[in-house]
Amino acid sequence: MRVRRWTRTSGIFTASVGVVAVALALVPFNFGSDVIQKLTSLLILIILATMWNALAGYGGLVSVGQQAFIGVGAYATLYFAGQGIPPYVAMLLAALFSGLLALAISPFALRLRGAQFAIGMWVTAEILRILVTLNSSLGGGTGLSLIQLNQYDPIYQQAFTMWIALGFAVVLIATLFILLRSRMGTSLQAIRDDEEAAQSLGVRVGVTKRTLFVLAGAGCGAAGTVIIANSHFVNPGSIFSVQWTALIIFMVLVGGLGTFEGPFIGAILLFAIETVFSAGGAWYLVGLGATAAAFAVFLPAGIWGTVQHRLGIQLLPVGYYVEAVKPAKEGSAA
Amino acid sequence: MIWLNAVIQGVLLGGFYALLACGLSIMFGVMRIINLAHGDLAVLGAYVVWLLLSTYHVPLALAVVVALAVMLALGYLLQLAVLDRSLRSGVLTPLLATFGLSVVVQNALLIAFSPDVRSLGGDAGSLAISSWRLTSEISLPLLGVLTLAVAILVVEGLQAFLRRTTLGAQWRAASEDAEAARVVGIDASRIYAAATALAVAIAALGGIALALRSTFEPSAGPTQLIFAFEAVVIGGLGSLRGTLIGGILLGIAQALGSVVNPQYAVLAGHLVFLAVLAGRNSGLLSAARWQALRPRGGVTT
Repeated sequence: MRVRRWTRTSGIFTASVGVVAVALALVPFNFGSDVIQKLTSLLILIILATMWNALAGYGGLVSVGQQAFIGVGAYATLYFAGQGIPPYVAMLLAALFSGLLALAISPFALRLRGAQFAIGMWVTAEILRILVTLNSSLGGGTGLSLIQLNQYDPIYQQAFTMWIALGFAVVLIATLFILLRSRMGTSLQAIRDDEEAAQSLGVRVGVTKRTLFVLAGAGCGAAGTVIIANSHFVNPGSIFSVQWTALIIFMVLVGGLGTFEGPFIGAILLFAIETVFSAGGAWYLVGLGATAAAFAVFLPAGIWGTVQHRLGIQLLPVGYYVEAVKPAKEGSAA
Repeated sequence: MIWLNAVIQGVLLGGFYALLACGLSIMFGVMRIINLAHGDLAVLGAYVVWLLLSTYHVPLALAVVVALAVMLALGYLLQLAVLDRSLRSGVLTPLLATFGLSVVVQNALLIAFSPDVRSLGGDAGSLAISSWRLTSEISLPLLGVLTLAVAILVVEGLQAFLRRTTLGAQWRAASEDAEAARVVGIDASRIYAAATALAVAIAALGGIALALRSTFEPSAGPTQLIFAFEAVVIGGLGSLRGTLIGGILLGIAQALGSVVNPQYAVLAGHLVFLAVLAGRNSGLLSAARWQALRPRGGVTT
């Protein structure tokens, strides 16, 4: 027996992801503001989908309240920028702050399971929304603009915002990739299969789940801070809206819950749909909701999970390939 | 006096939350699933009544009866077409499926009925505005008392059904262990469908109560779901009487909060909910009788 992580396909693909990231970084030099802004929106979707998938697909924690962190990311950016910190530094601080918030509430949140966790997080988001609404220094119910960005030329604003979004996406996704390839990836698989059994075998369930929860909190906060930098304005009703979760669940379920590549596919698909149907509108949301429900019930592995199952390939190697080796060959590691 | 009045109004408000939450509690008790579309189905029930009243001008009572029948059928179909399948693939799938359903119902209502805020209060006549004056500062609104009475009737009726009838025993058997129930000739799928039908109809009753006491709109569902879930959790997951008490506690918390500042009402309810979650994680009345059921597996991929 021999265990391999890399195949030729996954090696080529992982390298090409790096190339794509570099190519994206060059976009602001070659394209207009419309393209830059659209790409930023796509990066926001990718961050949200991968981070929610980290929590639900690998941690088994379905959250209906990640908008809590999106909102905190956006409002923390406003707050830090209001304190005189340069807005782009404020964005980084806001993402870190969201991660810290996740760490702070994790002892409480991670005691919950299933629907209690899902709705407990939702209520947390609602509480934050109400608190922001009651706070006039954060603009109350009407919202606030990130005016500090206006000191930069609009074309630089968009470029900087996109680079930060790209930076967040690369760092967050690389972190998840490394975590899943570390011992934690195996632990997660054990927890997902049977939490009690995993615990009794010495898997540190608490630490593992907390790591994902904090990563997802920081990640959604990062998305929130990019959202406000991209749109310059935020109000509590929309940033803390459960609509974000609706979009996220669509992306992850369609792409493939619990697969590393699925959320990317889901995000690109949603982005394409948004572009074609010019986003919003009740019919559009009916379609998204129905598709998500249909995938949950009839194709729970999503597009990528199904492809992976049929073809047995993995483009970004977070798993293992166990293959038989002829006995004559040198020592095996199993 | 202000505080006493707040507690009394809170109890009545709590009757409304209990009614709203009953269906959620039934579905959790029987199938161990939380229906995230519960609030939207409640609002849908209110719209069915509104449609019957405004289009066919039938009496309110008849409209309510027809709406409940429609919602029963809808719940039955929902279980057979969607939820029954989702039950087979772990605890997270029903959550995801019903969340998708919630988005669908909410936006379908928006398309069908526009985002306008509506109320059935005007159609209810004296029912919506009558009250008993106890002292100069305290009065009991008829509708509030009626809602609480209906909630108690529903809870006690269900309790008696589950405890004392053969069919009730079959429901309990199907919830304890669907496979074993099947062995002794109980069709768990049909029982689940009947439970969902009942849950959706009672949700509609809650939605109608909402429409009578205040206003409703297509996007009102998620808030109702949160309140219903809070009532269920405060009272203890899986216990029907617990849900009644949980609803009342939630109502009291909100009423007391609103004495301090009307904007704190909902916040106070949320905080009590989180405190209960953080505290014992089992609610006030433990759900021992449903607890024998084990969760079904983990994430499916």
